[in-house]
Amino acid sequence: MCLGIPGEVIEFVPDQPDLARVNVSGVKRVINVGLLAGEPLEPGDWVLIHVGFALSKIDEAEAAAALEFLEGIGQAYEDELAALAESRIE
Amino acid sequence: MKFVDEFRDAEKARALSARITALCEPGRQYKLMEVCGGHTHTIYKHGLEDYLPEQITLVHGPGCPVCVIPMGRVDDAMALASEPDVIMTSFGDMMRVPGSHGSFFDAKARGTDIRMVYSPLDSLKIARQNPDKRIVFMAIGFETTAPSTAMTVLRAAAEGLTNFSIFCNHVTIIPAIKAILDSPDLRLDGFIGPGHVSTVIGCRPYEFIARDYSKPVVVAGFEPLDILQSIYMLMLQLSNGEAAVENQYSRVVPWDGNVVALGAIGQTMELRPYFEWRGLGFISHSALKVRAEYEQFDAETLFSVPGVRVADPKACQCGEVLKGVLKPWECKVFGTACTPETPIGTCMVSPEGACAAYYNYGRLTRQRVREATAS
Repeated sequence: MCLGIPGEVIEFVPDQPDLARVNVSGVKRVINVGLLAGEPLEPGDWVLIHVGFALSKIDEAEAAAALEFLEGIGQAYEDELAALAESRIE
Repeated sequence: MKFVDEFRDAEKARALSARITALCEPGRQYKLMEVCGGHTHTIYKHGLEDYLPEQITLVHGPGCPVCVIPMGRVDDAMALASEPDVIMTSFGDMMRVPGSHGSFFDAKARGTDIRMVYSPLDSLKIARQNPDKRIVFMAIGFETTAPSTAMTVLRAAAEGLTNFSIFCNHVTIIPAIKAILDSPDLRLDGFIGPGHVSTVIGCRPYEFIARDYSKPVVVAGFEPLDILQSIYMLMLQLSNGEAAVENQYSRVVPWDGNVVALGAIGQTMELRPYFEWRGLGFISHSALKVRAEYEQFDAETLFSVPGVRVADPKACQCGEVLKGVLKPWECKVFGTACTPETPIGTCMVSPEGACAAYYNYGRLTRQRVREATAS
């Protein structure tokens, strides 16, 4: 829950500008990007996600580092990904 | 991998280590607190203390949201979950936190409808699908998760949902740091500031630490080199007799934080006069409650909450660990009666809790446990 996980924006949800589909370590789910209002966001951009919300836009290097860190911590990240896989934000 | 190497390079770590050592005044001891549980995790996973001279002690702070929830609030949540037609939703991290009648997992096994969700927004879907049920989201966390709860309340309001509410347990990091600064138990020299919380609140809220307490703060990233770099920045300030707030994690943390997130929190929540923290006791203005304008989403308005106060188990010394007064391995039950599988205290529950981090990664700690349990 406290983990910030990096995801790559795939596409925006039609008619819902606050929602975007992201790819987090192969898990593709919808998250809310409303907290980044005012920052330009496009498919291919990386964001740091907390409990279904993008909290900040990050660059690819930071995303790779964050991912490496998370994969290193093992169970906690696996639990987070499993929880994300169950998520159905709409 | 080329990206990661620049944060992990052992040569760079050793170079930083030498520069940190060179800044130590002979005979002086330094105590630096890492506020955030994520940092604690990195420090033990990578054995960063091995890179530091013995004059520097890293003290673990209270920045683990699951760890600071007092037992009474867990019991209150269970009482809410047992109300007729209630479905309680909770983050997975919260499920194993012991209340006085067991954890959420135990209650679920007894038939109480408690469901794990990834995001507070998932609770809205459950609410839409179950119009004859009342959905209560167990909202916990520092400023990293508070915006998500706030945005969810705003979304529920926009949709006109009438069967969704939150049991608000959000806490704010600054009063906890202030309580530690004012505590006579502990003399600290500086702070490694939390990374993700600062994404929301920015760096300005820490300025009082430098201004009023003359102690440096460096907001840090989560990679091993981030933390060593931050320690170097703290030591540089200390050796120059300076105290300022610096941002080592500027690649993610904006100086002014996330204005939209802060706005959402401010719109839906306000500070409580006081709130109980596990181990730290009551701290003024240290937690958030739902604003009266959104009271239809406030479980504390909709239901009668017992408001119980429960003393922590006697054997458990989480309070001292959360304040940094005790190292996890100095707690009497650490690694024996209290383990991640059967936690007595919250610090052993969350992977970001200091005790769990020590237990899982403390290479030296294993030896210390043996010493402690042998005596």
